[in-house]
Amino acid sequence: MAEPKPQSAASKMLNAAWVRPFLFLVFIVVAWDLSIRLFRIPAYQIPAPADVVAVLRSDWPELLRQCWPTTYATVWGFLFSALFGIPVAMLIAGSKTVESYVYPLLVFSQSVPKIAIAPLFVVWFGFGILPKVISAFLLGFFPVVVSAVQGFKSVDPDMVDLARAMQGSRFQVFCAVNLPHALPAIFSGLKVSVTLAVVGAVVGEFVGSNSGIGYVMQRSIGTFDLPTMFAALVLLALLGVILFWIVDRIEKLVIPWHVSQREDVIFAS
Amino acid sequence: MKAASIVSETVQPAAHLRLVSDRAGDTSGITLSGVSKTYRTRDGDVPSLRPLDFHIDDGEFFVVVGPSGCGKSTLLKLISGLLPPTSGEVLVEGEKVTAPHGNVGIVFQNALLLPWRNVLGNVMLPIDMKRLPRQQYLDRARSLLNLVGLEGFEKKLPWQLSGGMQQRASICRALVHDPRIMLMDEPFGALDALTRERMNVELMRIQRETRKTVLLITHSIPEAVFLADRVLVMTERPGAIAAIYDVPLPRPRSLDVMADPAFTELVQRIRKHFFSQGSLD
Repeated sequence: MAEPKPQSAASKMLNAAWVRPFLFLVFIVVAWDLSIRLFRIPAYQIPAPADVVAVLRSDWPELLRQCWPTTYATVWGFLFSALFGIPVAMLIAGSKTVESYVYPLLVFSQSVPKIAIAPLFVVWFGFGILPKVISAFLLGFFPVVVSAVQGFKSVDPDMVDLARAMQGSRFQVFCAVNLPHALPAIFSGLKVSVTLAVVGAVVGEFVGSNSGIGYVMQRSIGTFDLPTMFAALVLLALLGVILFWIVDRIEKLVIPWHVSQREDVIFAS
Repeated sequence: MKAASIVSETVQPAAHLRLVSDRAGDTSGITLSGVSKTYRTRDGDVPSLRPLDFHIDDGEFFVVVGPSGCGKSTLLKLISGLLPPTSGEVLVEGEKVTAPHGNVGIVFQNALLLPWRNVLGNVMLPIDMKRLPRQQYLDRARSLLNLVGLEGFEKKLPWQLSGGMQQRASICRALVHDPRIMLMDEPFGALDALTRERMNVELMRIQRETRKTVLLITHSIPEAVFLADRVLVMTERPGAIAAIYDVPLPRPRSLDVMADPAFTELVQRIRKHFFSQGSLD
């Protein structure tokens, strides 16, 4: 970047943040293309990058249209996992009794393969958006709970005592101490959750849906239309990255004080 | 009183050693009568404090020394109302303590500043917890920060401060709601020796200016003698009173007082309690 002050640390960081992953991506695509030519991999096994790009360009409106149902299902599933996950974590962290009843079952429920029970949701809730949302929710829920529980539990008991000794009510102390303290952990859970919610939505689309990126993938693999399948994969990855980035932005806004965000604080002050 | 009998068993009272006098009828300060604490755990009852009787005068600098795990911190929680005693009662300013009463400011070994609040916001925490009018106390918070030499740091976040500065801020937080009592649990234990001495001098000045009743817990005998009007020596767990000593040194004190024969003699005398019992850790 040819700016008046090219040595500033901020512009350097911006460089690193965007340019390096992009360079790596270019490297991967080149390696992909080269290995297809070198090892003569047939197109029905792995399509060439150029073919994928061609499909992306020719089918763009259709692919984009199919993105929306997936995005919808992902976002709703993710929001529900945050909406339920955080309160459940509060209960688990706040009460030994709740923890002893709920936590083991929650862990147990995680060992049930969601992909295997996804058809059940179709039986229960039909072919609409609901089974996809539920599938996204189920995948996104657990990481939120686990991280949030850890966050709520790692509050220094002396800090809580201090606030309680000042006659703070349970709710006041929670809002002033416990919740902000747990936010960094909650956000790391949310970031895992949002990427898993994408997977959940696609799984939902695999088993019973006639729209969405998952449906496109399912259909194209059935006809050995691998370029389309890969194009769908690219879009899916993009969706995951964008949603992750949004959560990351929100995190920076909500917890600018945290160790992981400190560089920004220095520049701001 | 109970303490007196224990003292006579362990050491011969010297001329400057006044035994605890009875202050019946005096409602100011802190009074503990027959206070004991036993923790219920899964492995049975763990006694933490044996019945304690003592009184801390209003405006007194009272220091407790004792070995690790002798229930010093429990004592602090009992007085602040965070824990109910198993037996006996705690009176603060003549009122029986049954719940957190808010008439205390607490300073722990770690400054425990909230990382998402700036220094001023941290100092204001008790005001928020007690739902006192914020505007009214902002000036007080600022003048306290001036008192401890943190003017200009109001908007800084805790991690931008050194350990000593953080602890100063937490002292301001303990004073902002103008409590009668300051409870300090090894407040300078995490600081380096040089900072620690400076903080001791400063704490003494703050106490002189604010006239608070201070109950300070420490592992350091010289620190105890340097700061205190009276020093309470505790026994090993379950904690009990081994002795209470008057510190005959005049105020205001400077660090030079540590060379005073009366100072070294008292330090020696207190140290003997731990040599006969074991180490101070």
